[in-house]
Amino acid sequence: MAWNLKEDLRDCLVAAAPYGGPIALLKNNFRKEKSPGSRPLLEIYSASGVPLASVLWKSGQVVELGWTASEDLLCIQEDGTVLIYNLFCEFKRHFSMGNEVLQNHVREAKVFHTEYGTGVAILTGAHRFSLTTNIDDLKLRRMPEVPGLQKLPSCWAVLSQDRVTIILLAVGQDLYLLDNTSCSVVTPPGISPHAGAYVQMAVSFNYRYLALFTDTGSIWMGTSSLKEKLGEFNCDFRAPPRQMVWCTRPRSKQRAVVVAWDRRLLVAGNSKECIQFVLDEDSYLVPELDGVRIFSCTTHEFLHEIPEASEEIFKIASMAPGALLLEAQREYEKQSQKADEYLREIKDQNLLAEAVRQCIEAAGYEHEPETQKSLLRAASFGKCFLDKFPPESFVWMCRDLRVLNAIRDYQIGVPLTFAQYKQLTIEVLLDRLVLRRLYPLAIKICEYLRLSEFQGVSRILAHWACYKVQQKDKSDEEVAHAINQKLGDTPGISYSEIAARAYDCGRTELAIKLLEYEPRSGEQVPLLLKMKKSQLALNKAIESGDTDLVYTVVLHVKNELNRGTFFMTLQKQPVALSLYRQFCKHQELETLKDLYNQDDDHQELGNFHVHSSYSSEKRIEGRVAALQNAVDEYYKAKNEFAAKATEDQIKLLRMQRRLQDELDKPYIDYSLHDTVYNLILDGHHKRAEQLYRDFRIPDKRFWWLKISALAEREDWEEMEKFSKSKKSPIGYLPFVEICMKHHNRHEAKKYAARVTPEQRVKAHILVRELDQAADAAIEHKNENEMNLVLSKCTAATDSSVVEKINRAKAQTLKK
Amino acid sequence: MSPLDRIANVSVLKQHEVDKLYKVENKPIVSTSDQLCFLVRPRIKNMKYVADIVNADKAMGRSRKYKIIFSPQKFYICELVLEEEGIYGDVSCDEWAFYLLPLDEDLLSMELPEFFRDYFLEGDQRWISTVARALQLLNSLFGPFANTYGIGRCAKMVYEVWRELVEESEGDSQARRPEISHVFLMDRDVDYVTALCSQVVYEGLVDDTFRIKCGSVDFGPDVTSSDRSFKVLLNAQDKVFSEIRNEHFSNVFGFLSQKARNLQTQYDRRRGMDIKQMKNFVSQELKGLKQEHRLLSLHIGACESIMKKKTKQDFQELLKTEHSLLEGFDIRESTSYIEEHIDRQVSPSESLRLMCLLSVTENGLIPKDYRSLKTQYLQSYGPEHLLTFHNLKRIGLLTEQAPGETLTAVESKVSKLVTDRAAGKLTDAFNSLARKSNFRGISKKLGLIPRVDGEYNLKVPRDMAYVFSGAYVPLSCKIIEQVLERKGWLGLEEVVRLLNGNEFAPTEPVMEENPAWEAQRVILAVFLGGCTFSEISALRFLGKEKGYKFIFLTTAITSSARLMDAMLEAKV
Repeated sequence: MAWNLKEDLRDCLVAAAPYGGPIALLKNNFRKEKSPGSRPLLEIYSASGVPLASVLWKSGQVVELGWTASEDLLCIQEDGTVLIYNLFCEFKRHFSMGNEVLQNHVREAKVFHTEYGTGVAILTGAHRFSLTTNIDDLKLRRMPEVPGLQKLPSCWAVLSQDRVTIILLAVGQDLYLLDNTSCSVVTPPGISPHAGAYVQMAVSFNYRYLALFTDTGSIWMGTSSLKEKLGEFNCDFRAPPRQMVWCTRPRSKQRAVVVAWDRRLLVAGNSKECIQFVLDEDSYLVPELDGVRIFSCTTHEFLHEIPEASEEIFKIASMAPGALLLEAQREYEKQSQKADEYLREIKDQNLLAEAVRQCIEAAGYEHEPETQKSLLRAASFGKCFLDKFPPESFVWMCRDLRVLNAIRDYQIGVPLTFAQYKQLTIEVLLDRLVLRRLYPLAIKICEYLRLSEFQGVSRILAHWACYKVQQKDKSDEEVAHAINQKLGDTPGISYSEIAARAYDCGRTELAIKLLEYEPRSGEQVPLLLKMKKSQLALNKAIESGDTDLVYTVVLHVKNELNRGTFFMTLQKQPVALSLYRQFCKHQELETLKDLYNQDDDHQELGNFHVHSSYSSEKRIEGRVAALQNAVDEYYKAKNEFAAKATEDQIKLLRMQRRLQDELDKPYIDYSLHDTVYNLILDGHHKRAEQLYRDFRIPDKRFWWLKISALAEREDWEEMEKFSKSKKSPIGYLPFVEICMKHHNRHEAKKYAARVTPEQRVKAHILVRELDQAADAAIEHKNENEMNLVLSKCTAATDSSVVEKINRAKAQTLKK
Repeated sequence: MSPLDRIANVSVLKQHEVDKLYKVENKPIVSTSDQLCFLVRPRIKNMKYVADIVNADKAMGRSRKYKIIFSPQKFYICELVLEEEGIYGDVSCDEWAFYLLPLDEDLLSMELPEFFRDYFLEGDQRWISTVARALQLLNSLFGPFANTYGIGRCAKMVYEVWRELVEESEGDSQARRPEISHVFLMDRDVDYVTALCSQVVYEGLVDDTFRIKCGSVDFGPDVTSSDRSFKVLLNAQDKVFSEIRNEHFSNVFGFLSQKARNLQTQYDRRRGMDIKQMKNFVSQELKGLKQEHRLLSLHIGACESIMKKKTKQDFQELLKTEHSLLEGFDIRESTSYIEEHIDRQVSPSESLRLMCLLSVTENGLIPKDYRSLKTQYLQSYGPEHLLTFHNLKRIGLLTEQAPGETLTAVESKVSKLVTDRAAGKLTDAFNSLARKSNFRGISKKLGLIPRVDGEYNLKVPRDMAYVFSGAYVPLSCKIIEQVLERKGWLGLEEVVRLLNGNEFAPTEPVMEENPAWEAQRVILAVFLGGCTFSEISALRFLGKEKGYKFIFLTTAITSSARLMDAMLEAKV
């Protein structure tokens, strides 16, 4: 161990994380006098004893320390507050275990891990248990009361069965099981009635097994469901042990419990015999997936069951194929012919493949590189004599061992076994290296294992950059430059995340600089808004072409600035302005008006009033008022045309209102044309004439509409009168057309006679007088007209006309 | 027909336990169902509609589940409105990333008619990323696109956003042989003239007369000569239609009668058949013939109906006026024709369209006409069109010539605009909205008005002008043709300047090594703000001539009437 501890471990509060994790020590915690000079000291070391960080403890009395699955340190205080620190003693956050705990104080606490995450269980001074199964999604559960419990239980443990977390506690000779709703007494099967009171219990790493230690020195081992007994052991020591943990290996038949007293370690299993070790100094046991880590002031050891493959190979006088192969390879190196003999022996039994496999597997269990190498060399040697041995297992073992050896180095200090490494997965291992800020090593591992950039190198670089921005001794330029240099545009790097971190550290300028490197403007905007750089955010949002972003910024700015400044900001950004206008059109009409006002946009204001005159206003007075507003605005906008047109509309509206009152017919909302038309249709010629004069309707239009209306009314008499009132400005062909449209050939003919000579052919055709049409065309000597007439002729009825025209055409041709 | 009908019609929805379908319109929903699902475009108006229903339910103390499905995507503003209306917690939202509806073998529509008004009038860029995503979808299916050309500010923005999407998703694009060799993006405002002309190609004419919706048309009783109306899908599957859709209308009747005669002879063959042949005939051919017969009679009915409508309004006269506007002759006469058109209340959108055509081709109306035509129009159709005129002015469709402004003055002003803009960013998009069209100059440069000696043979067209009776080559199509021919904008600088710039082309055009492939280029023509059937017909013709295959991607099918409708200020 690299540490130089002056204190005894027993005087410290100790917590070591599984999977070769860090060790936390809280010194001076138990000293009762609280002089300021002797504040507790919290220290964190790597598993090899290299100090990572330390901090003087200034908060309340700590009852228990524990590590979360993501290697954060939980410090559980007497008042039920749990403080979370990271590996480097930096405070992250805290939470409370509830009021009940606060009142009754924490007596004991345990940190445990389940499939839900990291949990905390608390035993209060009122002898009640409270627990949470996941500190990241805090839900406090208060366990039911244990009937008749007057003192603290002698020992207890947290069990997890079928996704339910329960508590097992022992009070003297009784065992109680506490689940969410009830408390029940249980008896382990096969326990002798004279076993005595329980003083210690241990649950295995995977919650499957339970060991109980009684004050008669008997150890009961069984499943944690308390349904099956696995074994029992009686030892001579009655003193309650300091620690008791399970030492098993996944999928192994052997199960053993390690019991530690002050100076003694005992391994008890199924057999009658046990193994005993003497401990030279205070030691601390850390249960692991496949064994037990034991560390003291000077050493750190790993106790585990020898795996089968290793046993086979290294057993004294073993004749297992792996052992023979290892021997063969050694002889081969000595250039001895014995190598061949050994090899033959394996081959004769047809076990060479098995031998290679054993060697590879055993190499994984070894911690000494030399032994690993010799085993791998043997495997490689044996492989040469095999036809089709798949190489992957060998290659992967070599790679994995290289990674493992690298992280086991005492400077890194992550003593993972092969089994733990496989359970943890490479991704988690990388995360843990990043947590320890071992970026170069993590990157090297990614590159070595050829992980994809996205989940490998980029991720690590991003973490590095986030750490980098926290270094306050460098200038913004330097840091931004350094980060860009290293990161470039590595795929999967999000500059905005790094910038967000920089902002969290209070370095706004650096954050802006870093955001410049962010290629996606969409990613820049939210952070810029957070940093109150709304103008910049608006620019970026518009640049991105994403209207959602623009809206986000606009509405954010709207709440942030006062109205005037907000409008001014918008004026500078037409895209944003037009988007906001659209929003206002539907949601905030008044704001829209204000916007135009601010802008002195009288044209739009005029339009606004016109629009409201026919959409929101229903009463005539309201409509007229709206239009009058519009007129004023149009004049201000120097749009005389629009102003005049609107004035006319006001006049018309008033007129229509009067007509409606007097004639009791709806006229409102007709156009001028339709109003006059309807007046004529109803025979109000005088009023129609008046409108014609008042609004200076062009003659042509008036004539058109009057004859159309008269025709619809079938007032042929009036039409004739009108036609003779003065010379028609539209000629008389329209009269013909309109009469024919209303199927009055008789009337049409009257007007056909009055059309100008140029239109005569057309008129005759219209009234279906082809003969006369032909005559007119011939008279005009106009070939086009003649053809037109011809095209209207049908062979059956108009043969004479056809003949006539053809004759005329022939004549003109002759000329 | 709505896009939903094309994907899942009522019976399919019913099979999935949809109780009843309602249109999103301002009517209360009477239903006992305890779940309502709204499939809507992400518009504020629609959110208010939903809010009204939810709030009405709340007031009645009824509790239902509400789900809003936004298509093609959800906008933040919609959520905001839901929040302001106090129903955000009551509804659950979802997105349906539906971008492209294939209307035909070569026609993809985004069915976003609101794109035109939103972008070109309101300056709202919300759909830019939507179009870019649609492009990216095609790119991932058929890409990578080899060469992308385009003109117009919106086109440029779409292109840029799309490029970003491509870069983001890079990695999964293996070196594939591109199936689409060229992409051409064009803004509708590059060419308003073509969209404003009366369509005379059969498909366009059907659209102008009956309005094709989602590739299907409702033929009313006057067409079907029965008391029922028929929904007909118009696409390449319709054998009769596929042969006449791109034809000039004057040829269609002849073709149809020929077809009818052929059909008759086919029917007639059954005379003199023995039993076995008859059996064959009935089992194999009769169904096809009957189907064809039915379609034939429908299209003949449609033709008759079109003829009736068009001759009533003196269609020839109208076309003549349009042609002289395009050529720039007899402007006075055309103006008085338009005036009469307005006075006689022939059709509000037609009159408006003619006014716009006059303005766009003449670079604005002279002040006197500008005022008098507007006055006439207001008298005919009501004062609320004051706002319509304002919109038309903003978008540049109906403008006034500044007094004393000669063509050269306008041009120098425009060129100044162009250079200014080169430095500017996307944000000044709106300064140019009221821009000049310079149609006359462009027309001269590109030769849009074909010089015709004698009659233009519409039966055997020689260029794209046939879609407008040989009087005018559609500008949009001409630009595409020229750029493809020149493999870029080289030599078109003057035209580009008159079109207000914003053109782009690949920095290094990807050339096909294999000349055989070059000959069968597939070109994706993207119209931002809609394209007309006439343009589609013209490009189909061009494709046939040059051996290209054109695929069309449009935000929606448009027509002059639709453009005009988009400019109206809705009476609520």
